[in-house]
Amino acid sequence: MLDTLRGALTRLGWRVTSRVQRLGQASRFLVAILLGSGTAWRRFSLITRELYYTGVLSLIIILVSGLFVGMVLGLQGYDTLQRYGSSSALGVLVALSLVRELGPVVSALLFASRAGSAITAEVGLMRATEQLSAMEMMAVDPVARVVAPRFWAGVISMPLLAALFSAIGVFGGYLVGVVLIGVDEGSFWSQMQSAVDFRLDIVNGVIKSFVFGVLVSWIAVFEGFHAAPSAEGVSAATTRTVVTSALAILASDFVLTAFMFTGA
Amino acid sequence: MSRTTLDLWVGFFVALGLAALLFLALKVGNLTHSGGGESYALQARFGNIGGLKVRAPVKSAGVVVGRVADIRFDPESYQALVTLDVEARYQFPRDTFATINTSGLLGEQYIGFEVGGDEALLKAGDTIKKTQDAMVLEKLISQFMYNKASEEPSK
Repeated sequence: MLDTLRGALTRLGWRVTSRVQRLGQASRFLVAILLGSGTAWRRFSLITRELYYTGVLSLIIILVSGLFVGMVLGLQGYDTLQRYGSSSALGVLVALSLVRELGPVVSALLFASRAGSAITAEVGLMRATEQLSAMEMMAVDPVARVVAPRFWAGVISMPLLAALFSAIGVFGGYLVGVVLIGVDEGSFWSQMQSAVDFRLDIVNGVIKSFVFGVLVSWIAVFEGFHAAPSAEGVSAATTRTVVTSALAILASDFVLTAFMFTGA
Repeated sequence: MSRTTLDLWVGFFVALGLAALLFLALKVGNLTHSGGGESYALQARFGNIGGLKVRAPVKSAGVVVGRVADIRFDPESYQALVTLDVEARYQFPRDTFATINTSGLLGEQYIGFEVGGDEALLKAGDTIKKTQDAMVLEKLISQFMYNKASEEPSK
């Protein structure tokens, strides 16, 4: 009886300490990335190459899902708003929900599963095939050469992808609301413009997506770099990247929203 | 893939992203007509501001001429002290009447200026003397009920 209790408490304690240890490890890794990013910024072609893989190749999925999310918002928003006779506020609804929440959050989730998992798998496989150790043998710092460019490419492309998502989403809402259903075009745009504030809404959305970009890239490179050097290890690390990123995005989104959109 | 094709694609991606940001700022947001622009501050006291919020529009003849900058409670007069930022290109006479109105039945509340006939103009920091409080629906209803109840016996 006492032994089982002791065992359970030990397991609980081990879980907590290992989590905290991992968090500390990840924080030190982030500091190492920041300290080692000099090379990446001096040889910008390293970042450019990663921008192609994380940014350009994510364009299609971001654009298509943004369009559909905007179109669904248009349909659902119109259905609810017309019950209160305020279907002209459709533009406000679509634009605010995209710019404030859906744009940064959904594009970050897509980015985590499209680009984050790819980064983890790539870096993890480099670890498994001992390419990273080979670099260390040649006195090339793998954090500066492999990790930092991928991290910065993710941080740069995330706000751009989120802005594209919001813009194409507003266009999707316009397509459904104005072209298909026939909401008045003038009130759609003018009410949107008077309700969406540049600093309060758009800049805050960009800040959000920047934070998500840091989080997702950080988690992706950390999981990849510390993946167990085996096939299972890489697959487990890829799964962890997607799951942890999703949780981190949603939790930090709540915290950021609580700070940004209270009062007024 | 060759270096130049890669650079081309990345350049395309970054340009597209910046264009999207520009679209959000100019077409979706209100950067075009709230950005810049000199303004001056006016103050007004209200007995009750209802649901008026900071950044609510200030309108004259239905046209937005400014924004509510600050709302405070004045502990000396027990009134709400509202600071208004009015665009510098609009000048109003000293006897302008500030009312709190509601756009539509359930819409947001805004401050309406009804212009008087005074020759002298309001300057920065001036206080608008004549104000009208927000209409509180419960008060109106209770007044209506009270009147109804008091006129009942005469019939």
